[in-house]
Amino acid sequence: MGHDRLLGEAIRVSKGTADVQVYEATDGVRAGEPVYFSGELLSVDLGPGLLGSVLDGIGRPLGLLANTEIYIGRGWKESPIPKDRRWPFKPRLKAGDTVVPGTALGDVTEKEGFLHMVMTPLVLEAQSEIAWIAPEGEYRATDLICRLSNGIELTMVSRWYVREPRPVAKRLGLEIPFLAGQRILDTLFPIALGGSAVIPGGFGTGKTVTQQQLAKYCNADIIVYIGCGERGNEMTEVLEEFPRLADPKSGLPLMDRTVLIANTSNMPVAAREASVYLGMTIAEYFRDMGKNVAIIADSTSRWAEALREISGRLGEMPGEEGYPAYLGSRLAQYYERAGRAVSLGEPQREGSVTVINAVSPAGGDFSEPVTQASLRLSGAFWALDKSLAQQRHFPAINWRQSYTLYEEDLRDHFVQLLGKEWLELKTFLNETLERGQEALEIVQLVGRDALADEDRWLLLFAELLQTVYLQQNAFDPADAYCPLNKQKAMLALLRSLDEKVRTSLSKGAIYEQIEALPIRQELLKLRSLPVEDFEAEAKRWIDSIRLGGLEQ
Amino acid sequence: MRLFREGSRAIDSISGPLVFVNKIKGAGFGELVTVETGREARIGQVLQVDGEICLIQLFESTVDIDPGKSVVWIERDIFRMPVGLSLIGRILNGHGEPIDGGPPVENCAEGELPVTGLPINPVRRLAPHAYLETGISAIDLMNTLIRGQKLPIFSGAGLPASRIAVQIARQARVPGEESRFVVIFAATGVTWREASYFLNAFRDTGALYHGVFFINLASDSPVERLLTPRLALTVAEHLALEKGYNVLVILTDMLHYCEALREVSAAREEAPGRRGYPGYMYSDLASIYERAGCVKGSEGSITQLPILTMPDDDMTHPVVDLSGYITEGQIVLDRGLHERSIFPPIDVLPSLSRLMGKGIGKGKTDPIHGAMADSLYAAYARSRELRRLKMIVGEEGLTTLEKEYLSFGDRFEGEFINQGETYRPLEESINVAWQCLEALPPTELYRFPDEATQRRRGKTVE
Repeated sequence: MGHDRLLGEAIRVSKGTADVQVYEATDGVRAGEPVYFSGELLSVDLGPGLLGSVLDGIGRPLGLLANTEIYIGRGWKESPIPKDRRWPFKPRLKAGDTVVPGTALGDVTEKEGFLHMVMTPLVLEAQSEIAWIAPEGEYRATDLICRLSNGIELTMVSRWYVREPRPVAKRLGLEIPFLAGQRILDTLFPIALGGSAVIPGGFGTGKTVTQQQLAKYCNADIIVYIGCGERGNEMTEVLEEFPRLADPKSGLPLMDRTVLIANTSNMPVAAREASVYLGMTIAEYFRDMGKNVAIIADSTSRWAEALREISGRLGEMPGEEGYPAYLGSRLAQYYERAGRAVSLGEPQREGSVTVINAVSPAGGDFSEPVTQASLRLSGAFWALDKSLAQQRHFPAINWRQSYTLYEEDLRDHFVQLLGKEWLELKTFLNETLERGQEALEIVQLVGRDALADEDRWLLLFAELLQTVYLQQNAFDPADAYCPLNKQKAMLALLRSLDEKVRTSLSKGAIYEQIEALPIRQELLKLRSLPVEDFEAEAKRWIDSIRLGGLEQ
Repeated sequence: MRLFREGSRAIDSISGPLVFVNKIKGAGFGELVTVETGREARIGQVLQVDGEICLIQLFESTVDIDPGKSVVWIERDIFRMPVGLSLIGRILNGHGEPIDGGPPVENCAEGELPVTGLPINPVRRLAPHAYLETGISAIDLMNTLIRGQKLPIFSGAGLPASRIAVQIARQARVPGEESRFVVIFAATGVTWREASYFLNAFRDTGALYHGVFFINLASDSPVERLLTPRLALTVAEHLALEKGYNVLVILTDMLHYCEALREVSAAREEAPGRRGYPGYMYSDLASIYERAGCVKGSEGSITQLPILTMPDDDMTHPVVDLSGYITEGQIVLDRGLHERSIFPPIDVLPSLSRLMGKGIGKGKTDPIHGAMADSLYAAYARSRELRRLKMIVGEEGLTTLEKEYLSFGDRFEGEFINQGETYRPLEESINVAWQCLEALPPTELYRFPDEATQRRRGKTVE
């Protein structure tokens, strides 16, 4: 576009004229300037070097630009794959082997502990034979590494149109849990690898913190984090924090398993619209290597607003709240790219793309079109609640409003991991919270004095469950990540506490005596213990509690 | 000196602030134009180009432009603002011309920069991490302002947001770096009375001599309002990123800005979004609010303190809502507190500073700062809830502990929040907070590390 060669995309064609959306600011572009057509759809280079990088909405490496400039200027083009870096390549096949689309040619050690699988392009025609393959050694990403008998030459880099889903051999069921290390999510509202969840919440409810927690501690191999129309400082925070934090599984820096896509709110809207597809394409690329990928986007609302802005400028007929009528179908094209699948080619590998999208409903009103459309398409709903956030209850996920549809599919897997007792503990947690809420409603009608001692304990205990179990302190290193076995141990402790107090009350203990115990402080202290020490300490503590009525 | 200028006499039509001109060849989007009416010259900007027809918005009034007699000159440049240290101490109007009787600003400027600015590369940003003291307890202790943050004040009609803004401008300081601190003030669509209140208050406190002031009055052109905050931020970016100053930018009132945006959008006959505001308002507001922060390789910072009036105290109003999504928290003023003569009437519960955690604690402010803020929040939230419960069940229905919470709530509002226009250093804010927390039994202070409470109790016994 124009003398500056700004990047754009044709979005409407009619009778010899094309409407072009430009991915950069158009200030100073004049009528009469030339427009050049590339003959290609919007695409991205895929290959080694993506991990740990920061890209803008159309795939340009911001890290490279930052070496020279403070601001993002216009008209620069750069591939996200570093040109000059040499990668250690180790072939898997030899000349004479046959390949199909997606066959692994060899591996590149991209980061410590991460083998990047170099695959044949998915657009390859049926079967062909390798004429020549590069021996083990160091190569640049754009160097020739393989020649097929039909003359096609391959490098480590392959291009893909971002708006087109990458094909797979077979889609798989969703029965393996995606674990977040967050108690309220893993215990009450788990999702599956390859599933999708939405986190809607007004501003100040902790969407971003919750998403960053997931990015840090979830059990995916690769994280694609899309800052879509959000704050510049938030992206910077991720950039500063992730290289310092360690992946809880491998101990390597988190940044080494992360690809960041940054389209902050003041970058051009057209690039915001493209950024989610770019992220999805990169996620699918890693899925094809047999990895579990989580794609975390903040936020869908900004994306939908970009769509609305573009649609408005085209003069299209608006649908609900000014959003274009195709909002739902566009969202579906994105969400439906999530899933667990067997990739094309040899060797057989299973990978998944899990989608976790934040939604920022205007005025915190969940009935608005973006939230509703997202709900239809996703399998779990983690509702953030303003009043919880104001009480500094974090993560501010409302346990009455949220839901998950993966419960049934995941049950077997959870039982296998934690035993049948886990299901009982979950029921116990759910029921106590529910009964606690009922009791609270009664108190608001008739006052606390009208309650029996047992109900007063129930009230206190339900509150304890909320502060100790459902709340999780993202800033306490010992509590920020809670593995599944610790979750189970904590629930078991809370249940035995409840049993002990109830027995004691039934044997004549007085409620005031229990209220005076420093239960909360002790529980919070226990919570900060690492999982290895937790069980023993918990047992010691519960045995040390002396309550009236039990001694007799 | 340019010898050749391109122009057109073919003004087609005039609608509100917009002028349609024909027969302009190769006009550029966003370019500057001058309209000569025969008596005077007015400036404007190209909004839309369609072949040879141009849509121009004027930063000044379009009244009495005679299409037959006026000439539209294309300046072949975008709008630029003179920047530099010499601007400090100046008072300018909404499009950057001096109104303080001084010489034209471009005479002594160090350069001219485009006012629209460019997005800062997030990789080059430095996450804000250093504390900016305002001397207001409710902000410093509970919603700490961090250098490089954008923290709006959500106000309501009749609430004293201006007084708080002046108090912050007067008291704000970067501990240890006083000389490198500048206030830039941009008033959009304020009444003459408000403008003179601000200028007098700044004159009295001496802030006038280390600040830059942009005043767009309510009677000035609405299109000019779209320019004013951008001029201020262009000057701020230069001072912060090139000269290493810590700049505090106060923008008041962003509601007027958005109304101007709506007015121009309506004149262009664009499809309206919520409450008639254009669909691109989020992006437009972001292009202002995102011009805050710190970058690697520069010591300076731009901190923004926009003031927003919530129409009818409605926090879901689109302007307030969208601002909240872009800014890093908010300070909310409360009518109930104001009616009880509590100043500043800051309601801490809906208020929030998202970046607070980055700039407080050991080595930065006080080791117990975080625990203190959390305890105050939790206790105050509880006391507010109990106030409601008290209305239903009466005082007798409450336990001793609950009554203690109620008394905490009263002390908190009456002493901690209600500090008046005095300057309270952080240590003093913490002291006052401890005094309020004494209304509660020690078991309720479980958020503090044990030593802190013991040390404190030791102190009170002495």
